[in-house]
Amino acid sequence: MTTPDPKPTADPAVEGVGLVETRSVQLFTRDDPLRLAGGASLDEVNVAYETYGRLNDTADNAIYICHALTGDAHAAGLHVGEERPGWWDNLIGPGRAIDTDRWFVVSSNLLGGCQGTTGPSSTNPETGEPYGLDFPLLDMSDFVTVHRRLGEHLGVRHWHAVVGGSLGGMQVLEWELTHPEDMDRAVLIASSSRLTAQNIAFSAVGRQALMRDENFQNGRFVEDRTPDVGLSIARMMAHITYMSEDAFTEKFGRSHQYGAPSRGFGIDFAVESYLDHQGETFLTRFDALSYLYLTRVMDYFDPFSRPDALTRLQHDPVSNLIISFDTDWRFSTAQSRRIMRTLESARIPVTFREIQSPWGHDSFLLPIEPYHATIRAFLEYDDGGQARHE
Amino acid sequence: MSESTGLPVSHPLRPDLVHVAELVPPGSRVLDLGCGPGTLLRHLIDDRGCSGTGVEHDPDMLLAAIAGGVPVLDLDLDADLGEFSDRSYDMVILSRTLQTVQRPSDVLAQMARISDRLVVSMPNFGLWRHRLRLLSGHMPQSRELPFAWYDTPNLHHATLVDLENYFAGLGLEVEQRVPLTEAGRRLRTERGANLVAGAAIYLLRPIGR
Repeated sequence: MTTPDPKPTADPAVEGVGLVETRSVQLFTRDDPLRLAGGASLDEVNVAYETYGRLNDTADNAIYICHALTGDAHAAGLHVGEERPGWWDNLIGPGRAIDTDRWFVVSSNLLGGCQGTTGPSSTNPETGEPYGLDFPLLDMSDFVTVHRRLGEHLGVRHWHAVVGGSLGGMQVLEWELTHPEDMDRAVLIASSSRLTAQNIAFSAVGRQALMRDENFQNGRFVEDRTPDVGLSIARMMAHITYMSEDAFTEKFGRSHQYGAPSRGFGIDFAVESYLDHQGETFLTRFDALSYLYLTRVMDYFDPFSRPDALTRLQHDPVSNLIISFDTDWRFSTAQSRRIMRTLESARIPVTFREIQSPWGHDSFLLPIEPYHATIRAFLEYDDGGQARHE
Repeated sequence: MSESTGLPVSHPLRPDLVHVAELVPPGSRVLDLGCGPGTLLRHLIDDRGCSGTGVEHDPDMLLAAIAGGVPVLDLDLDADLGEFSDRSYDMVILSRTLQTVQRPSDVLAQMARISDRLVVSMPNFGLWRHRLRLLSGHMPQSRELPFAWYDTPNLHHATLVDLENYFAGLGLEVEQRVPLTEAGRRLRTERGANLVAGAAIYLLRPIGR
């Protein structure tokens, strides 16, 4: 969620959605627990979310944002006292591609996360202690169950569009396959319907870095002894995969952090310093257990392998936009094309575009003009009243 | 962010596309290769109850098609038609695009795999005006072929006679031919089409299907 520092074109506090705050709501309780796809249930689920824009009287202008692995509910605008806007602020706001003058936008932290929504580091109401590895394994469909419940809470039963990048796109895909009646349009950016062996390999090394950290203690680590080394290594490695080789070259080349070379094993090259910084700042906002749980959900996701995977969607087609970036080697164009091909051959309306960008996977977070124009055109086309207003 | 909002949702149908549309049975599932801003598909969807997909590689055209609500795939006709399943469309259209692809035979073979009915249109190099231009010592330029020889997307030129021989060689039977005037209207007579047609539209069928 970082990298090639997009040049701020305007003061987001002035131009964007302005000051926002993350709210929290308890969506599942002991009397009405969240039943997970794996069979377990959670007695208490709190969800952190933000909204931008206004829900209209007919409640048919709502757009749901599903975030990626390390995202959170704070997609746009500014929190009081902070200078850095939400992670998709360049996309969401008045007059922006997801235009909050027109759309009511909902963004939530996903289940298993660590930014306000119940996850493995939350307190287990049974024990009064953090769940740790007692937290049940999650499935992509569990995220969708919680998103849908949040929609009900907010008075939205039907979405104009559901939008997500990377893991966010996987949630969109799961959602439209299982509940196509919930939405008119789906936008899947730099996403995948099935991780490749190489993707899983990267995730596996990240998890091993965490679990082999001496502080990991089988997930029972305590406040001041967290597996920081493992988590920062996992982040550093993952971060390499989010950028293209050209992006690294353009940003750092072989330049030295301190001007002249200081030979040795410490940080010397600028790229080393950058990665170190990425690893360190990640520790302040992310949790090792969430990293384990969420990456594992991605590994197992393979919805097209299910029998009759497309039946519901065929019965109630959703218009799809699939976007990839040509230098993204983590979630490559081939993976987006697989989704495109599967939907197209099932006769689901699908639009696909590969965007030229030097920045690799992280492109989906950057203000790339043709990319944003594509999203805007797709969200705003007039379907001649074919949309279902339920 | 200025790129998309001002795009008109629908454009008037070009005269030649009116004749292409007439070859498409109502309710067909249509694949339009090189769909441009998607006007033909939009028309087929709105007025003929069709469904379908466009393929377009040009960024501005692609965006216009998306803004028009036409499902469109950003694919390369020369490389990517393998993405489509066998006989997955009722009709596949290649309108004024055959002359721009690298390997027309491969594209036509893919089209015949994807559908049992092909609509192909192409400018006629044999138009009398082109012949005169050549006789006067110059490469043809006309409404149908407006480009200078050094700056043209057209890689291949053919007369209607050449084109029909070529289709036959590829196992494609001409079911219907619609010769057009230079303005894109239907010629009154088939006779002498190779001399007077600015372009022609062909409805083709793989022999034996």
